[in-house]
Amino acid sequence: MSTNDDKANMNKDTNSGIQSNNRTVRKLLLVVVAMFGFGFALVPLYDVFCDITGLNGKTNDTAAIYEDGGIDTSRTVKVQFITRNAKGIPWNFEPVINEIDVHPGEMKLVSFYAKNKADHDIIGQAVPSVSPGLAANYFHKIECFCFTQQPLAAGKDVEMSLQFYVDVELPSDINTLTLSYTLYDITEKSS
Amino acid sequence: MTTNVIEQDSHDEHHDDHKMTGIKRWLYTTNHKDIGTLYLWFAFIMFLTGGALAMVIRAELFQPGLQIVEPDFFNQLTTVHGLVMVFGAIMPAFTGFANWMLPMMLGAPDMALPRMNNWSFWILPFAFAILLGSFFMESGAPNFGWTFYAPLSTTYSNGSTAFFVFAVHIMGISSIMGAINIVVTIMNMRAPGMTYMKMPLFVWTFFITAYLLIAVMPVLAGVVTMLLTDTYFGTSFFDAAGGGDPVMFQHIFWFFGHPEVYIMILPAFGIVSTTIPAFSRKRLFGYSSMVYATSSIALLSFIVWAHHMFTTGMPLFGELFFMYCTMLIAVPTGVKVFNWVATMWRGSLTFETPMLFSIAFVILFTIGGFSGLMLAMTPVDFQYHDTYFVVAHFHYVLVTGSLFSLYAGAYFWLPKWTGHMYNDTLSKWHFWCSLISVNLLFFPMHFLGLAGMPRRIPDYALQFADFNKWVSIGGFAFGLSQLIFLAVVIKCIRGGEKAPAKPWDGAIGLEWTVASPAPYHTFTTPPPQSDIDNADQHEH
Repeated sequence: MSTNDDKANMNKDTNSGIQSNNRTVRKLLLVVVAMFGFGFALVPLYDVFCDITGLNGKTNDTAAIYEDGGIDTSRTVKVQFITRNAKGIPWNFEPVINEIDVHPGEMKLVSFYAKNKADHDIIGQAVPSVSPGLAANYFHKIECFCFTQQPLAAGKDVEMSLQFYVDVELPSDINTLTLSYTLYDITEKSS
Repeated sequence: MTTNVIEQDSHDEHHDDHKMTGIKRWLYTTNHKDIGTLYLWFAFIMFLTGGALAMVIRAELFQPGLQIVEPDFFNQLTTVHGLVMVFGAIMPAFTGFANWMLPMMLGAPDMALPRMNNWSFWILPFAFAILLGSFFMESGAPNFGWTFYAPLSTTYSNGSTAFFVFAVHIMGISSIMGAINIVVTIMNMRAPGMTYMKMPLFVWTFFITAYLLIAVMPVLAGVVTMLLTDTYFGTSFFDAAGGGDPVMFQHIFWFFGHPEVYIMILPAFGIVSTTIPAFSRKRLFGYSSMVYATSSIALLSFIVWAHHMFTTGMPLFGELFFMYCTMLIAVPTGVKVFNWVATMWRGSLTFETPMLFSIAFVILFTIGGFSGLMLAMTPVDFQYHDTYFVVAHFHYVLVTGSLFSLYAGAYFWLPKWTGHMYNDTLSKWHFWCSLISVNLLFFPMHFLGLAGMPRRIPDYALQFADFNKWVSIGGFAFGLSQLIFLAVVIKCIRGGEKAPAKPWDGAIGLEWTVASPAPYHTFTTPPPQSDIDNADQHEH
């Protein structure tokens, strides 16, 4: 065996080795990029998943149309309202009534009171959430102040309305729904 | 470049002439052994750093009431302790093992991508300089827990989010480069005749781990990027005010986070699957089942993430799905533990230090696995969630699991790395002190958690005082015991009994066919088929 032949063979091996290395690296980099994208794709996927399954207590964020499926007077569901201020919004924000009994299919109108205690104008945004989460798909809002932003001048107050009905299809093991609003200061974000 | 290296190797005795000296050797090195050494030292320094933070945590918790640190600083300590230990100690230590051992076990001259290898190590110190440097900034270090849940890390951040995010980005890039290197090395650099099913199990576990890293580290990079833009650029990924959802943060984080815990334990399985057969003087029991069990664990790890989130208000079917999937992981893990015990069964066992650490690993990791099963059960998780029971669980799997396997591996291969035998007496002291103190440190945490002590708090109710005192004493003792290891390693590098090429009579593997210390360049020509067949871990 001559040494020169060995070297030539080795060079050939090394070159093809480098080529197949580069191929594998390219494939793996593709996986890296794809997985980075997948991380971001999880954001819309999560929303769609929650929409379909009603996970997470997310309610409809645009007005629902009332479907007259009859009123189920044999059932009574208690709907409770709670409100919460996120960090740093100086408003009084509370439901006018704390709870209401409804029959599934029956339309109800309730209102919430808000007062801007600050000395400057603030735009608020209420974000709703229903508990138990699986009931969210059966809670339909026809009209809600949460569909739009709520600008409120310094010191002013307002009564905001919510019109809703509970679906007749609501699973029979759910007898109480809690609708929670968290109020955020979005003055900076909307300007 | 690679051609040059190979040409140099053909006259092996001259290669030292081409080697750079001093700091340049380490800065510019593309040699897998040098880079492995760098990784191992870096990991050990980070281990001591993270350990020092833990010592302050335990000192604060020695007595109820606030003694030494403010609550906010306490939160910074727990956060940085977790990040340093996960990303700075355990993961780089395993990468160090991969660099040192994979080429030698595969009969390859070096890692496939030596230059990238140099990069993936040398960006790491910068990541940790940023992370640890934030302690000295006005904002302080990250204080939102190593899991950096939004909105703690966005709306309520102390201003350290940017440092944290960039540090994690660099760590992620380093891990991804390291993982790509491992995959390419294993796929393309195996010696002729070494088929996939002839690879040592050690190689298999790193192969699978590298795939996990490539799959989930980019997701981590994505989620910290979302944090960054939420905090500083007005996006609302996790902000309900803008239509986002903080619970989604936890979903994305744990989609990374759960495979991550297997990234930190699968290589440990590989190490003890090497050491236990060696000191039992038998082949590994059920090699193929080990390969399949490791793969199943890796696959299952992608569909169990929400077991970290049982208390977020998931619907019942979600809780049941994640509960059953999680419990399913106990099956392949049970196969592994069974195989290790079966390997020892009727073997002629000797109890050298690597074996001691390996046996301790099997027993204590199993305890950690069982507490994991308890946490997997949704109904009881509501009680255990965010208590010291969780802390006890993951320290059993990470300290007496991953770390003990690292010690087993370090003692096992130190003769090959340094050319000297380690000081046996000191190493036995290291083992027994660690074993006793680590259990004093972590076992009572189970009871604290069951009794309701929450994690991540600087102060606690009086009834937890006695247990916490003992836990702290165990903590200090465990911390000090690790200095014995430092002494053993330094002594071993400086001198000691000359190690033969194969110091363990029961060991198999190509790394034992080269001299001790391993020459700077090994396997510039592939090993003969007979050596590869001898290194086969299958039972005959």
